[in-house]
Amino acid sequence: MKMLATTDLSPDTMSQARRVGPPILKVEHLSREFGGVLAIGDLSFTVAAGDIHSIIGPNGAGKTTLFNLVTGVYKPSGGRVLFDGADVSGMAPYRLAARGMSRTFQNLQIFFNMTALENVMVGRHLHLNTRLLPALFRFPSLVRKDREAKDRAAQLMADVGLEKYIDADAASMPYGALKRLEIARALASEPKLLLLDEPAAGLNATESREIDEVIKTVAATGVTIILVEHDMKMVMGISHRITALNQGRMLAEGTPQEVAANADVIAAYLGAAP
Amino acid sequence: MNALLHGRLTGLLALGAVIAVLPAFLPNNFYLDIAILAGFNAVVCVGLNLLIGYAGQISLGHAGFFGIGAYASGVLVGVYGWPPILALLTGAVVVGLLAFLVAKPILRLKGHYLAMATLGIGIIVSIVLRTESGLTGGPDGMMVEPFKIFGFELYGEKVWYWVVGVLLIGVVWLSLNLIDSPMGRALRAVHGSEVAAEVVGVDTARFKVLVFVVSAVFASVAGSLFAHYAGLITPAKADFFKSIELVTMVVFGGMASTFGAVVGAVVLTLLPQALTVFQDYQQIVLGGILMATMVFMPKGLLPTLAALLPARRRA
Repeated sequence: MKMLATTDLSPDTMSQARRVGPPILKVEHLSREFGGVLAIGDLSFTVAAGDIHSIIGPNGAGKTTLFNLVTGVYKPSGGRVLFDGADVSGMAPYRLAARGMSRTFQNLQIFFNMTALENVMVGRHLHLNTRLLPALFRFPSLVRKDREAKDRAAQLMADVGLEKYIDADAASMPYGALKRLEIARALASEPKLLLLDEPAAGLNATESREIDEVIKTVAATGVTIILVEHDMKMVMGISHRITALNQGRMLAEGTPQEVAANADVIAAYLGAAP
Repeated sequence: MNALLHGRLTGLLALGAVIAVLPAFLPNNFYLDIAILAGFNAVVCVGLNLLIGYAGQISLGHAGFFGIGAYASGVLVGVYGWPPILALLTGAVVVGLLAFLVAKPILRLKGHYLAMATLGIGIIVSIVLRTESGLTGGPDGMMVEPFKIFGFELYGEKVWYWVVGVLLIGVVWLSLNLIDSPMGRALRAVHGSEVAAEVVGVDTARFKVLVFVVSAVFASVAGSLFAHYAGLITPAKADFFKSIELVTMVVFGGMASTFGAVVGAVVLTLLPQALTVFQDYQQIVLGGILMATMVFMPKGLLPTLAALLPARRRA
């Protein structure tokens, strides 16, 4: 797994060098409509544990809707989502988080009323004592674990390259740093599956490359990643598998080479007649 | 100033010092009485601030919880002869249950439903207090027995000043503890972004219900003790305008600042005393203060002042 962290591997050596893990997420005949409009229609695909699995497609293809369905933000109109073998369709996001699924958001969802470090510490929620009485009376065990959570959050911020913002208020941080703050917060919950919704959107080329490195490092620790991203260079460079959507339906699936060579995908992106 | 806002010990010591030396500057019981009223308001506001300032939910019925606590003590002690401490605890449990029952279905919904529901509770409580005159004395209110515990009777401004002072320090301590804990961060996260809190495992509905119950219980305990101190309670203490006054204190003093809530309660308790000419226009003045605060210092008095101080203390 260690070689994933190096940049000069071409995608196909990567896919040949690794074994395909057991499925961690299965989407079966999933659909969701909004007022008669089908945002996702009869979509089925499988994500293997340990993969970086990208979801691509033109604007409006249903990528973010798919994320919201998988993470429980929306309830499906039909079909089901299996996570780690269990049917989790429509399960509340906080329950999914307890099962090991976390995500970031395309439009930032930062706790702007807190410091950067506290944002990441909220990510430790599931691993801390969150009951009322120990909090009100400041039980020593709670204080001790809280201090550990603080150190851990600081370490995670350093891991994603945010060490200089540890004492900053989240509201004072630049956009690119906030994108990484969301990743650190999600990682703090120790997910098995991490969904990243356009982590590189709005970033310049340097920042994009840094995010690219962060994602590869995270994947190297064994976390499965589902990535929605418009930056094709990034997607083609780091994905093990790609699912291409168009108008809420599956367009193509396969390795980056297969998808890049697929005529339907090219047509959907360039708008050519089918 | 950062330390005063967030530092636990510094702030508590400062508050304790102010409470300790204040009586030396208060010439007579009239001033002591105002200080005690400010203290009771501050206790309620510290609790209400947990809900409004930290968790970002609105309650327009907290005076109702204060009133239930006050009348629980008045009725259970005066009519049924219960020991005051038992009446106080019973009032707190009843208010806690009521808050839970109201919040549980409402807080699953998003938006301002809680504000509407609490508005309703406040109005119902004040109507019940006005009409159940057999128990509550109706609109004229009722006399309340003094607070007796372990054979001691709490009586007079000098004694009650210290009771309220200690209560306020205790409540501020609990509030600071809560804010700086995993549950406190979860509450603030709910305010910041509910969906982001959910995806890292925060059961947002549970924490909203919990903080609502806690803040209601704070109000109830303050209400019980106030009833014993004042010796007379009226439904006006539980009505809608009193609820608005409490919200104004929190917003004016500084949302998401425990000491701000104390400052807001103290300033707005003193204001009507200082400006007696405005007596007939008190609601208008209060509304004006609320609007002006939202427009000119949306963070409230204490956080705004803190931001004006030189940066050296914040480094």
